[in-house]
Amino acid sequence: MTERTRASGRDLGTRLREGDLAAAPAALNLLESRTPDAREQAEALLAEVSPAALGHEPPAHVIGLTGPPGVGKSSLLSRLIREWRDRGRSVAVLAVDPSSRRSGGSLLGDRARIEIDPRDRQVFIRSTAAGERLGGLAPATRTAAQALAAAFDVVVIETVGVGQSETDIVDTADTVAVVLQPASGDVLQFLKAGIMEVPDVLVLTKSDLGSAAKRALADLHAALAALGAGATPVCAVSSVPPPTGIPALADALEAHHAGLDLSGHRLRARRRQALDEFVAEHGERGLRALGGRLEAQRWLERQDETLDASSLERSLEARTQESP
Amino acid sequence: MSQTPSPHLPEPDRPWMMRTYAGHSDAKRSNQLYRRNLEKGQTGLSIAFDLPTQTGYDPDHELARGEVGKVGVSIAHEGDMATLLDSIPLDQMNTSMTINATAAWLLALYIVAADAQGVQQEKLQGTTQNDILKEYLSRGTYAFPPGPSMRLIADTIAYTVQHIPKWNPINICSYHLQEAGATPVQEIAFTMGNAIAVLDAVKPRVPQELMGSVFGRISFFVNAGVRFVEEHAKLRAMAVLWDELGRDRYGVEDERHRRLRYGVQVNSLGLTEAQPENNVYRIALEALAVTLGRGARARAIQLPAWNEALGLPRPWDQQWSLRLQQILAYETDLLEYPDIFEGSKVMEGLVSELLAGARTEMQRVAQLGGAVDAVDYMKAALVESQRKRWQRIESGEQVVVGMNRFISTEASPLRAGADGGILVVDPEVEAEQRAAVERWRADRDPSAVDGALQELARIARDDTENVMPATIAAARAGVTTGEWAHTLREAFGEYRAPTGVTEAAAPASEEVSELRTEVERVSEALGRRLKLLVGKPGLDGHSNGAEQIAVRARDAGMDVVYEGIRLTPWQIATSAAQEGVHVVGLSILSGSHRELIPAVLDALREAGVEDVPVVVGGIIPDADADALREAGIAAVYTPKDWNLNGMMRDIIELVAEPPDASGTARSGEAGRRAGGGPEGLETAVGA
Repeated sequence: MTERTRASGRDLGTRLREGDLAAAPAALNLLESRTPDAREQAEALLAEVSPAALGHEPPAHVIGLTGPPGVGKSSLLSRLIREWRDRGRSVAVLAVDPSSRRSGGSLLGDRARIEIDPRDRQVFIRSTAAGERLGGLAPATRTAAQALAAAFDVVVIETVGVGQSETDIVDTADTVAVVLQPASGDVLQFLKAGIMEVPDVLVLTKSDLGSAAKRALADLHAALAALGAGATPVCAVSSVPPPTGIPALADALEAHHAGLDLSGHRLRARRRQALDEFVAEHGERGLRALGGRLEAQRWLERQDETLDASSLERSLEARTQESP
Repeated sequence: MSQTPSPHLPEPDRPWMMRTYAGHSDAKRSNQLYRRNLEKGQTGLSIAFDLPTQTGYDPDHELARGEVGKVGVSIAHEGDMATLLDSIPLDQMNTSMTINATAAWLLALYIVAADAQGVQQEKLQGTTQNDILKEYLSRGTYAFPPGPSMRLIADTIAYTVQHIPKWNPINICSYHLQEAGATPVQEIAFTMGNAIAVLDAVKPRVPQELMGSVFGRISFFVNAGVRFVEEHAKLRAMAVLWDELGRDRYGVEDERHRRLRYGVQVNSLGLTEAQPENNVYRIALEALAVTLGRGARARAIQLPAWNEALGLPRPWDQQWSLRLQQILAYETDLLEYPDIFEGSKVMEGLVSELLAGARTEMQRVAQLGGAVDAVDYMKAALVESQRKRWQRIESGEQVVVGMNRFISTEASPLRAGADGGILVVDPEVEAEQRAAVERWRADRDPSAVDGALQELARIARDDTENVMPATIAAARAGVTTGEWAHTLREAFGEYRAPTGVTEAAAPASEEVSELRTEVERVSEALGRRLKLLVGKPGLDGHSNGAEQIAVRARDAGMDVVYEGIRLTPWQIATSAAQEGVHVVGLSILSGSHRELIPAVLDALREAGVEDVPVVVGGIIPDADADALREAGIAAVYTPKDWNLNGMMRDIIELVAEPPDASGTARSGEAGRRAGGGPEGLETAVGA
């Protein structure tokens, strides 16, 4: 008993590479699947969309959109998607569900809050499970982002959380935007205390709230200046009619992307990700077999720059088996 | 020694207002029905609107498909309203309208129709339900976000208190909270919290000296379940709290203004599809809960019909329920005595128990910032109560005669007729109404319409003004229901209420543990977790059944995609495709399954979802169920399939062993065997 309409991984990868957006659902089914056969197919799929196969970095802008619950991420995303569509971009969203996996089952209700035109085939939304750690991404989400980046213009990973262990999203996204609302005092504290890294873009929602919004904006600017990060763009938006600030936010995200050494950024991220996943799988013992973290990092830096994270992780695994 | 008070009233009380919740198809057919009902001794009108009217869509809108004239009458403009009320003298009639998100609009149409009869608005009597929080919590016919919705309510209250003094501008509903699973304590507390939110919203919009009248015009719409002793105590407890609230929070000095006034529709939740004739007894006992004690007796009563778990009631079914009221009022001695519970220690004890619980719960709502901010909390609490209630029924701890006990039965002659014992709305109605609204639009003065809508839009964006005058002007200009609501949607934005279905799974019973093991096994073989989409197509907002399915599937270990109510077939198909689900479950209670289910199947095919089994739950007559199975539905569940675990087993089995590739659906016997539709949790017509 397997998925009944499983196209081969290679085919799906090719279709994505050629911009066939309709291949996305089946590709994600495959990437989420844990059977040995599916994993083999998934590797074939990922190889097809790797920089090596593409001849360049996947052109999509991968954006991490994160923030505490209730700040209005979904409403914001609804508006952003409309803005991107107006600019002629195709958009894929991976909505990460924060629910605990202890019971096995989960309720995926996030997509309901993102308003889209259901007939628009250039917009794709998939709910996905969270990883083990708070704010972490499941391995399938990272590979899904890689695969979708070959076909869509914009890939958004929407997560709940802020500031604690968002390294996963930093490694997966080109641009990280943290979303807060007026009176999100805790986020400001995290920022000031250095618990949270300064994101690439800060978004303040509910800017229609008048004086509360103005005060929050002033506090944010002051905190950023104190951290020497005064240049970080802060975008105030309102999603209630009439929406405001959305085009400026889209511009700010784009400007960050344009200013990025994309291949360098993604290369470092892929290598970090490979090592993280290796450690998650094999623990400290595995790391010792590689001669320690530093040695492993140095070794990764010597590898082919176009290899995707999964291939790199497999090479690390192979290396532990070589060593005595 | 004091004299023993007389056990008799000097004069028997006047009976309560007797109504029947009625209306279907178009204005003309409903008008005929109302006139017949009034001839039978009904003393007030209770208008049931169809879902497009309730949610602010014209009959030709995409979302109205399959719903026009189904659960009530379609009213698209003032011409429809005039036809609906033709030859019914509005200066003498007391009309209750079950209308919420679009209450301001339907009230405006009523005012304009009365005007055309030569009746000035000052003379009008009646009620607009106009309660939005319970729409978010249970009933689902909301249109706008909470802030603007509360403003619309406050505006209608401020307007009627000053211009239509005998109108009840809002009927705060505990009714639908019970339908959604509320315990008596939750029902009392959430309703009072709701009332506080409304009063606080009105306060800044009326002169202070009018707050007493405002308080006095607030009425309630309650539920009464079959535990009728406790239900009566619940109403007495509400009366105590209401009096306190008026005195302490709002400084209402006139005692008469602080009296709890309520209308009632007794419980639909407990009505069964199995042995439906038993429902008559349930309804009679529930009617006692709201009439027995004079101290907390209903002002107006409408009773459901015996067959509401089967489909829409026919005029004869409604007559049968009206006769029950008349027997109670005119044959029994009920109205001859003072309050028969006065001095009863048991009743007093019950009331104080409920009061203590309600006060604690009211405090929690207050701590969350009041009822508007506590919608998420209240919704999740209701879903949880409903889950527990359903578990008690499944385990047999809570007895439902004819359903989980005393099941063996003779065939019911009540269902033997050609119509299967229910009303079927003429399918031509929708096409007629679509054409009619197009004609209406073509025949009016477009510049008057544009001007009225522009003014409405301006007022909507200016929070300091009352929206009613511009709404009445729009009604006079010939604006349609959909245009009025669209203008406000543009100004206010749209909203999706919380589903109340939380991420965290409940502790598993033994049977659910077994399901989990099975889900693990099948998921392991599939390679990823069994994924189910629960969808509610159409405008039907009765989501309690769908929510319980989603909750149980989650507890059984499935990944469940549930997006709440009011989805188009395209939205469902797109979600099914993009989410990569293994099975789709659809729930419809409004009777629109014959149009909507095939539309969803078409959309699924077009979205490339060919091999995913689809199951359907709802109030679906047998003949329709056969047709659905022929169209490719894998299983059909109705209120008599109440065992949720059985339904879960079916779903797991469907995924593990999909229907054969020839495309023919299974007979659905698997579904029928174990059953499993919690759709008996509610009925399509629950007012």
